[in-house]
Amino acid sequence: MAQAAIELIGINKSFGAVRANRDINLEVARGTIHGIVGENGAGKSTLMSILYGFYQADSGEIRVGGKPVSIHTSNDAIALGIGMVHQHFMLVDNFTVLENVILGAESDALLKSSITKARSELDRLEREYGLEVDPDAVIEELPVGLQQRVEILKALYRGAEILILDEPTGVLTPAEADHLFRILKQLKDQGKTIVLITHKLREIMAITDTVSVMRQGTMVATRTTKETTVGELAELMVGRRVLLRVEKGQSEAGAVKLSVKNLTVKDQRGVTMVDNVSFDVRGGEIVGIAGVAGNGQSELLEAISGIRHAVSGEVMLDGKPIDLTGKADPGELRDRGLAHVPEDRHHVGLVLAFEENENSILGYHDDERYLKGPFLDVDAIMADAKDKIEKYDIRPANPRLKTANFSGGNQQKIVLAREMEQDPGVLIVGQPTRGVDVGAIEFIHKRLIAMRDQGKAVLVVSVELDEIRSLSDRILVMFAGRVVGERGPDATEGELGLLMAGVEHQEAAE
Amino acid sequence: MDMFNAIVQVLDSTIRLSVPLLLACLAGLYSERAGIFDIGLEGKMLVGAFAGASAAAVFHSALIGLGTAILISVAFALVHGFASITHRGNQIVSGVAINFIAAGSTIILGQAWFQQGGRTPALQPGERFEAIIWPGAEAIRDVPIIGPIYAELISGHSILVYFAFAMVPFTWWVLFRTRFGLRMRAVGENPAAVDTAGISVAWLRYRALICTGILTGVAGAYLSMVQNGGFVKDMTAGKGYIALAALIFAKWKPVNAMFACLLFGFLDAASIRLQGSPLPLVGKVPAQFMQALPYVLTVILLAGFIGKAIPPRAGGVPYVKER
Ligand SMILES: Nc1ncnc2c1ncn2[C@@H]1O[C@H](COP(=O)(O)OP(=O)(O)O)[C@@H](O)[C@H]1O
Ligand SMILES: [Mg+2]
Repeated sequence: MAQAAIELIGINKSFGAVRANRDINLEVARGTIHGIVGENGAGKSTLMSILYGFYQADSGEIRVGGKPVSIHTSNDAIALGIGMVHQHFMLVDNFTVLENVILGAESDALLKSSITKARSELDRLEREYGLEVDPDAVIEELPVGLQQRVEILKALYRGAEILILDEPTGVLTPAEADHLFRILKQLKDQGKTIVLITHKLREIMAITDTVSVMRQGTMVATRTTKETTVGELAELMVGRRVLLRVEKGQSEAGAVKLSVKNLTVKDQRGVTMVDNVSFDVRGGEIVGIAGVAGNGQSELLEAISGIRHAVSGEVMLDGKPIDLTGKADPGELRDRGLAHVPEDRHHVGLVLAFEENENSILGYHDDERYLKGPFLDVDAIMADAKDKIEKYDIRPANPRLKTANFSGGNQQKIVLAREMEQDPGVLIVGQPTRGVDVGAIEFIHKRLIAMRDQGKAVLVVSVELDEIRSLSDRILVMFAGRVVGERGPDATEGELGLLMAGVEHQEAAE
Repeated sequence: MDMFNAIVQVLDSTIRLSVPLLLACLAGLYSERAGIFDIGLEGKMLVGAFAGASAAAVFHSALIGLGTAILISVAFALVHGFASITHRGNQIVSGVAINFIAAGSTIILGQAWFQQGGRTPALQPGERFEAIIWPGAEAIRDVPIIGPIYAELISGHSILVYFAFAMVPFTWWVLFRTRFGLRMRAVGENPAAVDTAGISVAWLRYRALICTGILTGVAGAYLSMVQNGGFVKDMTAGKGYIALAALIFAKWKPVNAMFACLLFGFLDAASIRLQGSPLPLVGKVPAQFMQALPYVLTVILLAGFIGKAIPPRAGGVPYVKER
């Protein structure tokens, strides 16, 4: 066994109440490519940012080259030969490539000599690794692929021996990704150590020597890449949870209520997040969208609910189109019977500083029921809030309490009560039970099924496979922005897991 | 010829009036380029003016006055830094608080120390900065055109005036030719990039604020020890805000800042000159209109009629790593 380049021992890190890393142990051998996989929010970036000195661990030990070290700032990490390409690039957008490269690595107080030195050094690195980029180009005018190159050049310019790349291929085209992997192999051949974070299992299989799997802040396993399979990694990554099946009858699907055709959505950086997606949701059925987080589900939901601009395609609600320019009037969509429970209840679904009763009518506050002339009818709102609190068993049963003081599960019930009690024809729900305690999960699932039984069309997006399987009448699997498969509710976890990992249909059948 | 002399005189007072604006504007440029909005330029100038005039009067030395002005002004800049960098407070609130403290404390201390209704004692020669007469200025004064320009515009200003104008190329050089400038510009755009490059964001921003404090100190000293022979309450009279307007107008660039301040100084000089006398075509222009012009121009600029003013991207936002 080769000598360890990095050892992380018992690393813990919390952000407020979130425990991003719990007792993490990790050993990376010198001169290897080590993959770290895990869903979004598993704590991968946090762990590597601790190694890079960007965050401070609450407890734990770091050893580099066998020696215990203390890394308080990124400067310490750089001095130890650690370089990192962050998930969100750390570049100054209106600086040139050259300026970004020398920032923090200037040779003296005046820039002149640093610039001359960096120019020739960049020239050498470019030739050696095929990392071509115009040193005088301004960052914001470069495509993301080239911006990433600048990040790699920054690390190499500082003499990095250990290079961490955080989800580097998320922003790359397949050809660019291949080029990147060639560079990484070349760096490895020169004895450098590489840590590659990704949630794309295919890449892990293609390029890494060893792979570690993280889930919900813990390190669940480390495997030699040759001795593992995509299936095993997918299972480790998604994790099995106690099956929580809610009783439900046969669905009686009716007319198409929501229809999505050839929908394509790009994010701010111009990366295609939803790629030509089409499907229908009928009244009386629950359609579940499964997938590893970050494969376009969020963007799909936002486009359908009129929040995000779609590049092309159409979405029909009861046969009439929805404005996809991202400027749709949410009030109008509500009037047309589309209710939306957003994924992020803290920032989109609720105003945490408001009282419960205020949140329970938010967005419907101009409905006649809640108005008395031009004013809000406080009595009606309170009566309505109390009614919802009772029906949805929201605790504590106090409509005057500030929403921030409710637990996650109760907050989610406030949003669900608001949207469901408006009797919408179509309900779309993002992550119905994220951060919700087990008791509330069952309640929420029952409510969703009750909606279905009333003949409503329900679209559920969730990263919890169990949830998708127990709720859905039809399951669509999203991978890399596309719907890669449709299955019935009896699909096995393994089958769905492989689809979620992007493994082709045929392979999945084997 | 009368007309020519009048113009030279207006330009001469343009220079005098734009110097405090220019110093304050460059002061603001350092902090805002580093990502710290500083609405407290006004207050720092005011305490600088007060401290300078007081120390000069007590110790009978212009230099001690200037040094004290800078020291006190830097201290106030550090308070702003403590609130907005170390404690990640709201930069606008902190700046406004500094302006209030400055306005109140200068009057109270002035009255307590000198009992002259908030004024400081009138400065004697040697306690203020005198005009420097350049060689040959008197000799060629009567030469047409060049004479008045040399004698009035170029010669005959105090050292602080030359300092202010020298700060323009110097600031440009610092920003674009030194390591400190590169890092300062970077921290105003993306502090995380600076942090991950292994540089302390807080220390960098503190240093930028110290530069701000030095320059507002000099601006204050100019007001009370050059333009005026002592401190008068509220003598900054909104110059700190006009300097901020000039900074936006200059799109946070040093050379532009000089032209913006000269323009605003010129408007001021012209309004004094024109007081009461009608202009051809437009007739009598109220002085208030001229005084409002800098703000009107800035609003027009912000509305996007004269190009686009893009502030440093991280400006006004405390650097928070962990939510
Ligand atoms: N700067 C931060 N402040 C607060 N919480 C954070 C911060 N960075 C990450 N988190 C939280 O820590 C958890 C792990 O995040 P992260 O390390 O980014 O996961 P990954 O990279 O595996 O997607 C998430 O719940 C995330 O919300
Ligand atoms: Mg991450």
